[in-house]
Amino acid sequence: MSQSVQDKAAAPGPGMKFTGWAANYVDERTSASTAVKALGRKIFPDHWSFMLGEVALYSFIVILISGTFLTFFFDPSMTMVEYDGSYLPLKGIEMSVAYHTSLDLSFDIRGGLLMRQVHHWAALLFIASIGLHMLRVFFTGAFRKPRELNWVVGFLLFVLAMAEGFTGYSLPDDLLSGNGLRIIDGMIKAFPVVGVWMSYLFFGDEFPGTVVIPRLYVLHIMLLPAILIATLAIHMVLLVVNKHTQFAGPGRTNDNVVGSPVMPVFAAKAGGFFFLVFGVLMLIGSLFTINPIWNYGPYDPSPVSAGTQPDWYIGFADGALRLVPPGWEFVLFGYTWSWNILAPTLVLIVFIGLVAVYPFIEAWITGDKREHHIADRPRNAPTRTGIGAAGVVFYAVLWAAASSDLIATHFKLTIEGVITSLQVLLIVGPIAAFLIAKRTCLALQRKDREIALHGYESGRIVRLPGGEYVEVHEQLDDYERWRLLDFEEYKPLTVRPNDKGRITAGTRLRAGLSRWFFEDRVMPVTQKELEDASRH
Amino acid sequence: MATTPPGTSLQASPQDENDPGTAVVSSNIPANPGLAPEHQRVTDLDPKEEKKAERLIATFFALSIVGSVFAAVAYSLFPIIPGDMQSVRNNNLFVGLGITVALLGVGIGAVHWAKSLMHGHELVEERHPTRGDDETRDAAVEIFSQANKESGFTRRSLVRNTLIGALLAAPIPAVALFRDLAPAADPIKKMKNTMWEPGVRLARDPSGLPIKASEVTIGSAFHVIPEGLAELEHHKIEEKAKAAVLLMRLPVDVLNELPERASWSYQGIVAYSKICTHVGCPVALYEQQTHHLLCPCHQSEFDVANHCEVIFGPAARPLPQLPITIDDEGYLVAQSDFTEPVGPSFWEREL
Repeated sequence: MSQSVQDKAAAPGPGMKFTGWAANYVDERTSASTAVKALGRKIFPDHWSFMLGEVALYSFIVILISGTFLTFFFDPSMTMVEYDGSYLPLKGIEMSVAYHTSLDLSFDIRGGLLMRQVHHWAALLFIASIGLHMLRVFFTGAFRKPRELNWVVGFLLFVLAMAEGFTGYSLPDDLLSGNGLRIIDGMIKAFPVVGVWMSYLFFGDEFPGTVVIPRLYVLHIMLLPAILIATLAIHMVLLVVNKHTQFAGPGRTNDNVVGSPVMPVFAAKAGGFFFLVFGVLMLIGSLFTINPIWNYGPYDPSPVSAGTQPDWYIGFADGALRLVPPGWEFVLFGYTWSWNILAPTLVLIVFIGLVAVYPFIEAWITGDKREHHIADRPRNAPTRTGIGAAGVVFYAVLWAAASSDLIATHFKLTIEGVITSLQVLLIVGPIAAFLIAKRTCLALQRKDREIALHGYESGRIVRLPGGEYVEVHEQLDDYERWRLLDFEEYKPLTVRPNDKGRITAGTRLRAGLSRWFFEDRVMPVTQKELEDASRH
Repeated sequence: MATTPPGTSLQASPQDENDPGTAVVSSNIPANPGLAPEHQRVTDLDPKEEKKAERLIATFFALSIVGSVFAAVAYSLFPIIPGDMQSVRNNNLFVGLGITVALLGVGIGAVHWAKSLMHGHELVEERHPTRGDDETRDAAVEIFSQANKESGFTRRSLVRNTLIGALLAAPIPAVALFRDLAPAADPIKKMKNTMWEPGVRLARDPSGLPIKASEVTIGSAFHVIPEGLAELEHHKIEEKAKAAVLLMRLPVDVLNELPERASWSYQGIVAYSKICTHVGCPVALYEQQTHHLLCPCHQSEFDVANHCEVIFGPAARPLPQLPITIDDEGYLVAQSDFTEPVGPSFWEREL
């Protein structure tokens, strides 16, 4: 760099003078320099998978921006009016004001259809990226101490996102969303003791009533977003307090963070990435139709078209309803127990409940009270990865079940055959997935061990003086090898009597689970093994 | 501590020992090799490449400005012409693409700036245990003890417990306030009644024109509402959600009727509630050859020939049958209301 350039950098330009004055003005009134000092050079580690949570955050901002635009034109009233907008096929049809204004947004407001589509696509991306982010955190063990609580906060965000999705889906009052509400009504009514009253109060009358959409609207644009933003703030604060996890690598330890500072690199990347996410959503919104409510018509309890699908994130719940065998209902002392609805509801609650508390279960089994900041590679925690794979398959089968009718028509199968197969798969699939994933992890661990100790196959064949052909193995360099070495293993818990000389049922259960978790394991390479290997 | 009255000081809980649990902590682990040597980017090595990257980034930002302006211009350049769907599509497309270019320009430019020109070295920051250090924790404990001593929170248990009770009772008014979310009427009574009553004609949905028995040919199916529903001023959708009916005519020899319902049909014409007994979707798909009804939502199947019993799917009960006959003019009419509640099951259904 030449001398003149350096001089230029040293002398503050006129712009810098203003910046300096503004910074001073703000700091003297807000003490902002403290925050800049604390956070400005905070280090964020880099890995593509850390981006998934960012996608969720940014798509949520897009949802807020596009949603605000929609509220200026949408009227959630259920008052019936005659359609007089510019979409000819529906001219003169009786419909609610909510549906009318949704159509106006699509056909009479410039940019309205764009904002509707961007809002819907962003909502789909929001939930999808939360799901993937959760899978990343799960499979890398990033939920371990001290981040168990933030896992629960994140789980709440997932539930809130689905609640936002469902309330938003119901607002246009088209045929599909009305049928969605009808299903919710049927499910609420099945609840013992309070079901009928809950539905009656929620809908403000018999289904569908004239108040449910304004009520959902308040939930959708005020209450749920307020809770969501507050929860998101906690999620972010805990992220800063705990600092991000990082993958094992040279120079990375459990006691440091290696990466780029917030200012300038991370801020530029993350800020730029927000624009990328927004831009891609805008591109999709300009090119691809989503939820063409004008094709469905206004809500009417009588017609329904075949092959109707809920938005994908509700699919697993809808699928659970479809997989119940006939006849799961009985009457006891005059009261009706609808197990065809209660059973799938309970299964779903238990399933997502297990997701919420998994960190505490694993912590109890391992008894590990240390902080963990190095993210596991999934293969290095075979049982956890197996459990995750089982959960994914369980969810996927329920999800596929929500399209059972389409699977049947597209592949020319009987609907009964599809449902029965999925019922079997719901039980067998997760077990098979667990076994396959766990065995695959163990195999990969053995391969890693082999590579760390004896190097990789170089593809170079050498003929020895004796005529023998061998493939030369190249050693990894120290930095590459370290990525394979830096992990810990657990051994099964031994049952020991407690202070009173007794072995409690809890201890037995814990030891049993511990054995199930850690019986099969591949131990990390030790220094001695490395030295022995290099001597050969 | 000798001067502190009992029950006013807090016990400091000891730090969790850094118990590794069942983790195998090996003393013989290989050493961390430390940070890998810095990787030099092409822009670090070649000033020409650096200049090129700078120009490229500026181009992206300039493109973004063009996109923003284009989006605003496209807003007026592609207006929506009422009734012209192509104009809606063009408005959506060009305004959208303009904003897309504006956003992606900023995004790509900023990320490229960070990746190619900003200082690319890895920096290291130390982590500290999440728990506060002992001094801070002692101070926090001291504050709680002090507050406890000054308020007597643990000592004055009567005050404390009544406060907890009062706080727990505080939401009670809120529960009561929600009662008027719905009108005073008893929902269960409403759910057990529909618009059908003796003599109400079966009418086409949605026109409301009554149906003559002679119009119902074998194999046909009609979507039916009670006559008068289409003209209702209030609660039209609520009534329809309960009263919607499917009318089908089967050959009399195929129809297998329950003895107590032998008089509920008319020459093989049967009427069943269209509201699924599972969660209430309209059971709208009629398979003429097999006489099966399929619910499109969760694929429950009902056999019309066998009093709509469930033959597959999650529904537990047959669709309720509407007793029908004909009036003097040959129109199909209801003999009575449904004899059981229609739609999904509920707790008080059998009462």
